[in-house]
Amino acid sequence: MSDELIIRNLRVSIEGKEILKGVNLTLPKGEVHAIMGPNGTGKSTLAYTLMGHPAYEVTDGEVIFKGQNILELEPDERSRLGIFLAFQYPVAIPGVTVANFLRTAVNARRRAQNPEDKGIPIPEFRKLLKAKMELLKVDPSFAGRYLNDGFSGGEKKRAEILQMAVLQPEIAILDETDSGLDIDALRIVAEGVNALRGENLGVLVITHYQRILNYIRPDVVHVMMDGRIVETGDADLALHLEEHGYDWVREKVDNGTPA
Amino acid sequence: MSVDPQTDFLEQLGEYRYGFQDPDVSVFKTRKGLDEEVVRQISAMKGEPEWMLQFRLKALNHFLQRPIPTWGADLSNLNLDEIVYYVKPAEMAGRSWDEVPQTIKQTFDRLGIPEAEQKFLAGVGAQYESEMVYHSIQEHLEKQGVIFLSIEDGLRQHPDLFKQYFGTVIPIEDNKFAALNSAVWSGGSFVYVPKGVKVDLPLQAYFRLNIANIGQFERTLIIADEGAQVHYVEGCTAPQYTTDSFHSGVIEIIVKKGARVRYTTIQNWSTNVYNLVTQRAIVEEEGTMEWVDCNLGSKVTMKYPSCYLMGPGAHGEILSMAFAGPGQWQDAGGKVIHFAPHTSSKITSKSISKGGGRASYRGLLKVYKGAEDVRSNVVCDALLLDPQSRSDTYPYIEIDEQDVTIGHEASVSKVGEEQLFYLMSRGLSEEEATTMVVSGFIEPLVKELPMEYAVEMNRLIQLQMEGSIG
Ligand SMILES: Nc1ncnc2c1ncn2[C@@H]1O[C@H](COP(=O)(O)OP(=O)(O)OP(=O)(O)O)[C@@H](O)[C@H]1O
Ligand SMILES: [Mg+2]
Repeated sequence: MSDELIIRNLRVSIEGKEILKGVNLTLPKGEVHAIMGPNGTGKSTLAYTLMGHPAYEVTDGEVIFKGQNILELEPDERSRLGIFLAFQYPVAIPGVTVANFLRTAVNARRRAQNPEDKGIPIPEFRKLLKAKMELLKVDPSFAGRYLNDGFSGGEKKRAEILQMAVLQPEIAILDETDSGLDIDALRIVAEGVNALRGENLGVLVITHYQRILNYIRPDVVHVMMDGRIVETGDADLALHLEEHGYDWVREKVDNGTPA
Repeated sequence: MSVDPQTDFLEQLGEYRYGFQDPDVSVFKTRKGLDEEVVRQISAMKGEPEWMLQFRLKALNHFLQRPIPTWGADLSNLNLDEIVYYVKPAEMAGRSWDEVPQTIKQTFDRLGIPEAEQKFLAGVGAQYESEMVYHSIQEHLEKQGVIFLSIEDGLRQHPDLFKQYFGTVIPIEDNKFAALNSAVWSGGSFVYVPKGVKVDLPLQAYFRLNIANIGQFERTLIIADEGAQVHYVEGCTAPQYTTDSFHSGVIEIIVKKGARVRYTTIQNWSTNVYNLVTQRAIVEEEGTMEWVDCNLGSKVTMKYPSCYLMGPGAHGEILSMAFAGPGQWQDAGGKVIHFAPHTSSKITSKSISKGGGRASYRGLLKVYKGAEDVRSNVVCDALLLDPQSRSDTYPYIEIDEQDVTIGHEASVSKVGEEQLFYLMSRGLSEEEATTMVVSGFIEPLVKELPMEYAVEMNRLIQLQMEGSIG
C-alpha cells in the first residue's frame, strides 16, 4: 500500500471543454504542497476532480491512493478512504446544524469500517467537537448553527477546517481556504492546519497568496498554468512568484522549457 | 449544543415497521356498506340518548345527498360500499393496560405506547378499530378537574357539557365526510380543561386500524376553558393491505378566552388508507390555537386544519408538513378565518415529494370586513426529490378589510447536486445526504415538536427516504 497520492496524466473536461491537460503530481503523506497559479487555470477543477464532483469528466489519467484508482470511487467512498476537500465555496445546508452534520459524518465513517457500529456515543462526540473547536478558536455557538447558512465568508472557511479537524483525513486539499480570512483568522486557521500536520497527513494548499505559506510552510510549491503543472520548487518559489508575478513562468512555458 | 434527534434515525434502518397484522379479535361488526339500519345499530350498541340517534340520522341523510368532492385529491377509487363502518374490537375501555385484551395490548406494546405513557405523557387514549380500548390520565390532573375520556364516556358522564359543544364547531353540513363521520362516529376523545389549569405534558391518543376494508371515524371534542392550556397529540398507523381502508375523523376544539391549545398529528397510516379529516378550532378573545399537522402515510390525504378567530386578539397557527412518496397524494394545508379585529395568524407549509408522489398545499386565508388590524403570514415551501414527483400550491386569499398586513411567500426547490456533492464529500452516502437535506428542510417545523416527537419524526422521515436512491 502506497502512502502517497499519485496523480498521473490527469485530463479533465467540463461541458466538452478540456480544462486539465495532463496533470502530474505526487503528494506523499507527511508533506505539504502548495499549488499557485493565475485565475481560471484549473486549480479548483483539480480539487473537485480529486473529490469526484459529477460535473467534471475525466478523459484520461489516473489518481492512485492506497493502491487503488480513486477516480472509480464515489465521492463518499473517497472521503471514507481519507480524502478531504475544503471547498473554495462551501455549500449551505439549511436546517442542519454543524454538530448534527459532523456527527452524521463521523458515524458514516465508523460504519464504513464496521457495519455493526452503533455510532459515536454523544458524550464522546461532544468532547471531540469541543476540543477541535477550541483548537480553532471557534465560538461554541457555532455547533448549533445551520451549516454554512448565513455564515460570513471567513466563518465558512473556518467551518471547513473544523470539519477537517473532526474528520481527520489523510489527504486534505484546501482550495483557497485563506481567501476571505482576516489576519487573525488566517493565523488561527493556519495554526489549526499546522496542529493537524504530521506523518499521517498530506496537504495540498491551493492559494493565490504567499501570506498563508508563511504560516503553513510548504515542502513543495507547484505552479499551475493552463491546465498543467508547469513549475515546481521549494518554498522560495512562492516568494519569488509574489515578487515577480507569473510572466516569467509563462515565458518559460512558451519557450518550451518544462514538460 | 442543541438536541440532535437527526443523527439517531440515521442509525436505524428498517421498513414501514408498523405494517404488522394481528388476528381479527373483534366481538361485533356491522355488515359492509352504510344505510339507516347500520347507523341505528351503531347507536344502539352504544346505548345513546335519542338526540344523538337523531343527529346521526340527520347526518346520514345529508351525507347521502352530497356528492363526492372533486376539487382536491383523486377519490374516484374510493368505494364506500365495500367498507365496514363499525368494528367493535373488545368489550370495554380499560383504565389500566391489564384490562386491555392481550392481542390488542401487544400491538400497543410493539408501538411503544405504554412506555411513552410512563416517560412523558400526561394521559393516553388508544383506539383499536372503532373503539377506544384504553383511556387513562394522571391522577393529579383528574383531581384538578381535567377530563380526558373516550368520547362515548364523555357523552355518558358529562351529558350537558357534551351537548353544549358537540357539533357546534363542525356542523353536519360542513362537508360530505364531516356528515359521514357525524352519522357513524365511534371512538375519539373528550377533553375538558378547567379555567386556568395548565396541562404540562401532552395528552396522546393513538389510533390503530388492524383489519382490512374498515373505516375508522373517530370524533374528538376538546374544550379549553378560560386561561387553560393543553397539548393533544394523535398518532396513527395501520398494516399494509392490498385493499383500501378508510379513516375520516372530525376534531372540534373550543379555545376559550386566553386559553391555549396545541393539537399535533403524526399521521403514518399505511399507503392503502384514505385519510379524509376535518379539524377546526374556534378561538375566542386572546386565545391561541396551534395545529401541527404531519402527514407521512396514507394513500390519499385531504386535511386542512382550520382556525376561526372569533374574538379580538385571537391567534391561530398552522404548521403543515406533508411527505408524498410513490403512489401517495397528500392534499394538505390549512384555513384561517379572521372574524375579529387585532387577530393574527401564521400558516407554514412544508411538503416533500419523491418517487412520483404528489403533494399539494391548499390554503384559505379570509379576513371579514370589520376585522381591522389583522396580521397574517403564509409561507409554503415545497421540495422535489426527483423530476417524476409533483407539487402544487393553491393559496386562496380573500380580504374584505383594508387595515390588514398580509404576507405570502411560496417556493419550490429541488435537492441540489452541489448540496449532495458537498455532503457526500464528507462521507455520507447519497441516501444519507438526501435525507439530511430533507430533514434540514423540515427542521423549522420539527423543532416545534416536543423532543420525543421530533426524534420520532426524523426517524419516520428516514424510513420514508430508505431505498429512494437507486
Ligand atoms: N462547473 C463549471 N462549468 C463550466 N465551466 C467551468 C466549471 N468549473 C470550472 N469551469 C471553467 O474551467 C476553468 C478553470 O476553472 P477553475 O475553477 O478550475 O479555475 P481556478 O484555477 O480554480 O481559478 P481561481 O483561481 O479563480 O479559483 C475556468 O475557465 C472555468 O470557467
Ligand atoms: Mg479556484
